Amino acid sequence: MLYTARISPLQTLLAWLASWGRLLHFGARLLVLALAPSSYRRSQRRLILRTLYLATAPLLPGFAIASAVAAQIVIRIVLATALSYGLSRYALDVLVRTLVLELIPLSAALFAAVRYTLPAAEQVRRQRQQGLHKAALARGHDPLRDEVLPRALAGVFAAITLTLLSSFITLVLSYLAVYGFSGWGVEGFTRTVGQVFSPVIVLIFGLKTLLLSLAVAIIPMVPLAREESLVGRADIARLARLLAVVLLIELLSLVGNYY
Amino acid sequence: MTDKQDLPPSDAPPPVANLDLKARLLLLAVALLLTAAVTYVLYARGAFERAQTLVLVADSAEGVVVGMDLSFAGFAIGRVRRIELSDAGKARIVIDVPLKDARWLRTSSVFTMESGLVGAPRIRAYSGILADPPLPDGAEREVLIGDAAAEIPRLMAGVRDLLANLSAITADDAPLNNTLRNVQATTARLNGPGGALGALMGDEQDAKNIIQTLDRTNKLLARLDGLVAKADSQVFGEQGLVRDSRATVAQLNGLLGEARVSLKKVEAILQDVQGITGNTRAATEDLGQLRAEVEASLRKVEQLLNEVNRRWPFKRDTDIKLP
Repeated sequence: MLYTARISPLQTLLAWLASWGRLLHFGARLLVLALAPSSYRRSQRRLILRTLYLATAPLLPGFAIASAVAAQIVIRIVLATALSYGLSRYALDVLVRTLVLELIPLSAALFAAVRYTLPAAEQVRRQRQQGLHKAALARGHDPLRDEVLPRALAGVFAAITLTLLSSFITLVLSYLAVYGFSGWGVEGFTRTVGQVFSPVIVLIFGLKTLLLSLAVAIIPMVPLAREESLVGRADIARLARLLAVVLLIELLSLVGNYY
Repeated sequence: MTDKQDLPPSDAPPPVANLDLKARLLLLAVALLLTAAVTYVLYARGAFERAQTLVLVADSAEGVVVGMDLSFAGFAIGRVRRIELSDAGKARIVIDVPLKDARWLRTSSVFTMESGLVGAPRIRAYSGILADPPLPDGAEREVLIGDAAAEIPRLMAGVRDLLANLSAITADDAPLNNTLRNVQATTARLNGPGGALGALMGDEQDAKNIIQTLDRTNKLLARLDGLVAKADSQVFGEQGLVRDSRATVAQLNGLLGEARVSLKKVEAILQDVQGITGNTRAATEDLGQLRAEVEASLRKVEQLLNEVNRRWPFKRDTDIKLP
């Protein structure tokens, strides 16, 4: 308590900047590792594959059901509203834009964060506390590559997979809600989807999905500075930082899409 | 397998059967899903279609966006690829029409761009004569622009004029109002004691005069009626003129008969006269003969005297004493 009382606003700002700097540095190291071929040696590859599977597979059924229910609710609301205003021909456009482009990447990333990356980061932190990382380093292994990278990659993979799955489910549900159980509307539906997914929108959508998945995969894994761990509210701080970054990415994508 | 030892044994999930295989399958599935998504979006954007180009030239390309549909009979048959400004200051809307749909566009096709109140403008094609030759690749056509939003100010101006006229018409001192007021006064007079006549004549006295005239006319007509009845009885009655005339005619008939008899008598007299005349003519002929005979006798007497004279020369007196 005495320690916190003594710090000035300038020190707080510096500490804040330093923590963001550490985050960026850690993220850059992880990215370099992720892009290095040596991270995908045979033994490592197997480990990564397993981690990906164990991270993603358990999330799929739950998220599929949850996103289907949520999508169905939003689809009904949008269709009923559009119909009551006589704007039903714009309904599909609105559905694809709101659900697929905006809500799904965000919800998938947050779902992956809550269900996988935050618990995985907790594991990593416990390993650090137990000194396992130092021991590995002493044995000549890189714990960042062996322990953190597979989990981070698994987080990215989980978020992207959930986004893809949910987008697919939502598109199918939208088609069924608008055209019913028949194939005659496929061409018009495809055309509408094609109109929404202009090159710029596709680029922003891809970048957003990638950045959100990176955010939820990396930010929880960032090792805490000594003083932060002393404060004892590390989880909250990490979650707040994650949410802030997610919000920033979402805002940037909105600006890119609609300005 | 040293990596495995590094995994924390306590909170590791329970082992999964065929983990490697499942992991590969999941990765494959996600890769497939990603590829399918990319392919679908590319297909939806028309990346795999062979298309011909159509250029629509418009005064303004406001509201037109890349990817917008060109529709024919309600079906999208093309999509805007590019919008550019030409050197002439006109908007050139470059549209890709897939070859399979290009048959709907003919050289005589008309293109319109209509802006609704809500949403982007819609580009439509109309092909009246489908037997015309197909539209060539890269054809340039003018687009007719119909803008509902642009119509609104014009409509509002029209409505404003209309309202001004309407308020001028319905103003307190407007002709229509005065007329209506007059009509109201007239209606009141129509309902009044004078009625329509009063309204027509304007003055109640005149109306009364007319009514009096009508009354008199009525009386006159009644008297005329009596007069006619009397005339009827005088002409056609028991002692009527007609009956007298009939008797006169009968008398006249008798008179004529008599005249006819007299005429017949005259005719007989005339025939007699004719006979007399004939006789006279015959007598006249006898007289001629007689004269000839007398002349012959006289010549004979003369000859006799001549002979006597010659034989009796002393005779100085040559006159003959006719008997």
